Amino acid sequence: MPVTFTRSQVEIERKDTGIGGKPPVDRRPTGGGGGDDWENRPSGRRGPRELLGRYRLGVLFALAGDLMFFVAIVSAFFVRQNAGHFDARENYVSDWHPFAVPPVLWINTAILLLSSATVEMARRHLFREIDVMEEWLGLGRPAVKRAAPWLIATSILGMLFLAGQWIAWKQLAIQGLFYSSNPNSHFFYLITGTHGLHLILGIAAIFFALAGLVVLKRIEMRQIVVDCTAWYWHTMGLFWVFLFVLLTYFQ
Amino acid sequence: MSRQPPAARDHSSFVKRWIFTTSHRAIAVQYLVLALTAVTVGTLLSLLMRIHRVWPDLVLPFYGVMKPEDYLALVTMHGTLMVFFVLTVAPQSAFPNLVLAEQIGARQMVFPRLNETAFWLTALSFLTLLAAFFVPAGAPISGWTSYPPFSAIAAAGPGQGAGMDLWLASISIFCVASVLASVNLLSTILLERCPGMTWSRLPLTVWSWLVTSILTLLAFSVLLAAALLLISDRHFGTSFFVPAGDLVNQLIVGHGDGSPLLWLHLFWFFGHPEVYIAILPGMGLASSLFANFTRRPVTGYKFMAAATVAIGMLGLVVWGHHMFVSGMNPYAGTAFALTTMAIAIPSTGEVLGWIGMLLPGGLRLTTPMLFALGFLSFFIAGGLTGPILAQPALDSYLHNTFFVIAHFHLVMAMAGIFSVFAGVYYWFPLLTGRLMNDMLGKLHFWISIIAAYGAFLPMHFAGLAGEPRHYAQLTGPSWSFTNLISLERGITDSAILLICAQFLFLANVVWSARKGALAEENPWQATTLEWCSSKNVRVYRGPYEYGLRPGKTDFTPQWEPDPKQE
Repeated sequence: MPVTFTRSQVEIERKDTGIGGKPPVDRRPTGGGGGDDWENRPSGRRGPRELLGRYRLGVLFALAGDLMFFVAIVSAFFVRQNAGHFDARENYVSDWHPFAVPPVLWINTAILLLSSATVEMARRHLFREIDVMEEWLGLGRPAVKRAAPWLIATSILGMLFLAGQWIAWKQLAIQGLFYSSNPNSHFFYLITGTHGLHLILGIAAIFFALAGLVVLKRIEMRQIVVDCTAWYWHTMGLFWVFLFVLLTYFQ
Repeated sequence: MSRQPPAARDHSSFVKRWIFTTSHRAIAVQYLVLALTAVTVGTLLSLLMRIHRVWPDLVLPFYGVMKPEDYLALVTMHGTLMVFFVLTVAPQSAFPNLVLAEQIGARQMVFPRLNETAFWLTALSFLTLLAAFFVPAGAPISGWTSYPPFSAIAAAGPGQGAGMDLWLASISIFCVASVLASVNLLSTILLERCPGMTWSRLPLTVWSWLVTSILTLLAFSVLLAAALLLISDRHFGTSFFVPAGDLVNQLIVGHGDGSPLLWLHLFWFFGHPEVYIAILPGMGLASSLFANFTRRPVTGYKFMAAATVAIGMLGLVVWGHHMFVSGMNPYAGTAFALTTMAIAIPSTGEVLGWIGMLLPGGLRLTTPMLFALGFLSFFIAGGLTGPILAQPALDSYLHNTFFVIAHFHLVMAMAGIFSVFAGVYYWFPLLTGRLMNDMLGKLHFWISIIAAYGAFLPMHFAGLAGEPRHYAQLTGPSWSFTNLISLERGITDSAILLICAQFLFLANVVWSARKGALAEENPWQATTLEWCSSKNVRVYRGPYEYGLRPGKTDFTPQWEPDPKQE
């Protein structure tokens, strides 16, 4: 029983990283070196993919929380849509004034979907078994050369998407629709704005992943940093499709 | 107690060990210190409120006479501090960091750095909230629920300007921190269980933290969105919550058909799960302590775990019972009344299970056990008024009275804080290797429980007599209210006694940490893994195998191998 207040080493650092001396590929090394029995090992030594699974689960939970954030905003959208009142003559008065979203959003959506494809290419490059085996053995092209072009392409597409959203805002501003103009514009700017903020975080994550590809020593960690970024990016793409449909067809 | 030889001592700096640490035990201590600071400030505020209610004209030193808006600021800050920084931080952040990893046989949390980041964000949020006292117009006055349009317009009252902005900033940061912390807890429970720790062998505390972490993830994300909308209403001219024609200081400030009800829905979608986040860990701890100190297995372990999950999930669909008098559609009120009363079923099941464990007698009345019994007492006493307030018809009379204050102070505040005390007395040896003083602990318990009932039970009568809450003073023409003043005095006296009793606790902590009796390896003869000294553990059995045979070794710890299998 370690006692917190005594001046002793409280925690043993997790030295064993889950690789177990095996390359981080899907296929579990059995056959020649068989009898690994991954399932019955203590936590931290359950096979080459355990660490990846950890980070993926963490990202999944964080994205579940994020989903609730957008669910709250979307439900506010529908509540606000029906929040009119009756005036003194019993007429139903509502300030909900739907407007047509700028057509540039269609192009933006296509760009974002394309960026999901490029980030998926980057992710798959890091997991191609033959490449991973080559790199693990010290042969072949390193991960940074395989994945970096796709990651850079993704970040450029992401910035193009943000630029497109900015153009949409400017077009609305020319029409005289600002954030504070009416409830529809509140929600348009709010939804595109919070989603854009998430994408800025996503682009930062891509740069972080690029740096990680260079800096991180272990193949496994390089896989993790790209993999988590990619799942975040896909999720933001998926959220955007729903939000775009909401703004375009459900005002 | 095994002591490390001096050579193995850790000479890393204080900052590395206690400030920017990734050790979950040290983070637990950080959270406990934060909660203790918050509860001290929050209690001080409640003391000022109680004094103001009975001596409204008292001239406070360094301050003067308290104005009505000051009283409302105290209400707001007391509620916010206690709900967020005490009743969430202590059971949902401090205790899991203290024992969760050990209870599931893990060496550390999955994401230690995330864990530490969450703590520092929580601390930042706390400081931001306290800063609201020091801005020119003072702290916000719209209550811990911050209903718009009062909270949406800076001109609506003193403190609704910068103070309200700080409140919103603080709550937003707190939301982010809680979500990060719950990501860490959920991943840890799912991934880091040691071999043999199946779902049906998890201690009930871990079940509670699993459910509360899911609730945190869902509820705090929604509160963050709501806070964002409110900030937007305040600063960017939107009208999510500000209704049409809202009149403040003879000026129409409404600029759209915003819906204040929308805030209530979003807030209480967070707010109701939040009270379960505060109380479910206490329920899990009570189950564990009752099993330990009655030396009996938990009645219907699987039912208890299922009831915890059921309470958590039902807790997500009852938020409307806070809004019966808000102008919500009455049919919605009926639906929420039904779901609310449905929660009484699993809750009653748990209570009956505990009583079934306690009735055969033979209790070991240690200090943690006393506090667990106190928790049960408050949970029943406060819980019984729950189905009353769940009736829309009764609630429309009682909602804005002290009856509601009595209800949630018993079932949430006192039950919650007593379970925190039970946890601190029970797990203190894990932190210091010493037991807390039993005599002082028992004195602390008896004074606290009597004073707590003295403070909160009479509030039911005040509420039934129609005494409104959120009112700074009782003086006025009404004859019935002047008759209540003696009741108010009694409440204030009890509250002062309750606060004084806490000095016994503080003294006990300080004294026991230095001079307390050295604890044995497993001082409470417990079965759960936080008391196991080995690092590489394997679990062979369920968590509550007590009372198997008479004598001092009447229990089988989870880590003890099955002789038949060897």
